[in-house]
Amino acid sequence: MGVQGGRPPAMNIVVLVKQVPDTATERKLNPADNTLDRASSDGVINELDEYAIEEALLLKEKHGGEVTILSAGPDQATDSIRKALSMGADKAIHLNDEALHGSDSLQTAYALAQALRTTEFDVVVLGSESTDARTGVVGAALAEYLGLPQLTLANKVDIDGGTIRIQRQTDDGYDVVEAQLPAVVSVVEKINEPRYPSFKLIMAAKKKPVTKLDAAGAEIDPAKVGLANATTETVDFAAAPPRAAGTVVKDEGTGGVQIADFLASKKFV
Amino acid sequence: MAEVLVLVDQVDGEVKKVTTELLTLARRIGEPAAVWIGEGADDAKAKLAEFGAEKVYVAPAELNDYVVAPKAELLAKLAGEKSAAAILVSATAENKEVAGRTAVKLGSGVLTDVVDVTADLVAEHSIFGGTTITHAKVRAGVPVIAVRPNSIPAEPAQGAAVEEQVSVELSDAAKAAKVVERVKQEKGARPELTEAAIVVSGGRGVGSDDFSVVENLADSLGAAVGASRAAVDSGWYPNQFQVGQTGKTVSPQLYIALGISGAIQHRAGMQTSKTIVAVNKDPEAPIHEISDFSVIGDLHQVAPQLTEEINKRK
Repeated sequence: MGVQGGRPPAMNIVVLVKQVPDTATERKLNPADNTLDRASSDGVINELDEYAIEEALLLKEKHGGEVTILSAGPDQATDSIRKALSMGADKAIHLNDEALHGSDSLQTAYALAQALRTTEFDVVVLGSESTDARTGVVGAALAEYLGLPQLTLANKVDIDGGTIRIQRQTDDGYDVVEAQLPAVVSVVEKINEPRYPSFKLIMAAKKKPVTKLDAAGAEIDPAKVGLANATTETVDFAAAPPRAAGTVVKDEGTGGVQIADFLASKKFV
Repeated sequence: MAEVLVLVDQVDGEVKKVTTELLTLARRIGEPAAVWIGEGADDAKAKLAEFGAEKVYVAPAELNDYVVAPKAELLAKLAGEKSAAAILVSATAENKEVAGRTAVKLGSGVLTDVVDVTADLVAEHSIFGGTTITHAKVRAGVPVIAVRPNSIPAEPAQGAAVEEQVSVELSDAAKAAKVVERVKQEKGARPELTEAAIVVSGGRGVGSDDFSVVENLADSLGAAVGASRAAVDSGWYPNQFQVGQTGKTVSPQLYIALGISGAIQHRAGMQTSKTIVAVNKDPEAPIHEISDFSVIGDLHQVAPQLTEEINKRK
């Protein structure tokens, strides 16, 4: 990139995709090692990743190039990879190694950074957080590991030649942030409206190449990943105490007054 | 006692409430040292002292010109120089990123969305939409912990707040993502959503982009306004006010849900609220099950009556 004038060369865009337990099903931790019990609930593609894929496809439509999916996860993650390919991505890399089991968010960022070094890219796009762990640190940690500009929490992305500009969502508006490619971009929910895969694309997705990558292939240091080397440790877990049953009343014309009385009893008014 | 670094959150020079909560937490662990970036530390010092800051490290405003990375470089440097026992930040979207990068630099670990921390640095989380409580700790290096606002009450305890100017030579990588413009949108007088002691949220039942029924109740209580995903997706209220799994997580003293059914995705963002009140005309809506007090009825009748009643009792 960075060519002056004329149409910029085609872009290599990598989208990070994570398979997560479906929020609509019961999610559990595994008492044996306090990690996510992936068998207890259905796996689905992380919702925000669909926005990342959509943004990558929009960038490709505008600038030309290729969209590659990168996912770290066990065999079941294939489902989410196929879903991503059926939205229109061109190919995928599946980083799958037992050594990665139990990796925490920083270790995952490290592993993804290593996997990214096996391919050429101009932009890495990911969802700003996953619906399971919700740490929201992977994009930032990835930028740190790769030494690349961090353009996270984007609700708008524009690329012009070698320059990328985003609107970074803040509590009271947004910051306009600028950097030179290559860069790491994370997206928030309202950036676009993810497309539904067409039947044609779903069929085509089955033939798209998925490259298998293991820890050694990505030159991942085994001492830096996995549960045994995790930087954090879940000591214990338990079901949250259920909320005590509250009062339910039907509005007979004084519902507002009844709430006011309740709030007064709790000293809120 | 070892120092515990607390990254200060401020709005136009005013210390945010969450920082006073973090200073309170830091006192359990060691000696609180506030980290202030930019101008205005002199004016803010009294507030930081009031909640126990023994030191106030003041770093140049230049750090705010770039996204996240400079703050991480500062915190990592201070953690080393001061042999800090831990670093505490608020669990905002930006500060969680700061925490992540800082931990990578320190070769330590990061814990985010923590709701409590013990003196020996065991952190409590509320996960899976508030259905599971976990305890976790960082295994190596200086723990970096992002604590959710409103998790613990702030308690004053006078500190010395000795000011010290600090600086950091920013790497080129830290200056790679430059903030070229800041755009502020409709702030108004309402408290910030994740900080507010009371939140009033509206959902599908509001029925249109006229959110005044929600806003009027919020204003009578001095509350922040939130919205469910259904309301945001319908274009009735801006995205940054969305409460739930893909929006903000709030944990106020009081949460009032108007016309919100209470799907798991919404509960994920509000279930740790201390007291929950709901108005929903559907008797089957799950929100009734998690509410301390709920009314089966039309919010357009109940909420204005409640607003009027609150204003009357002031």
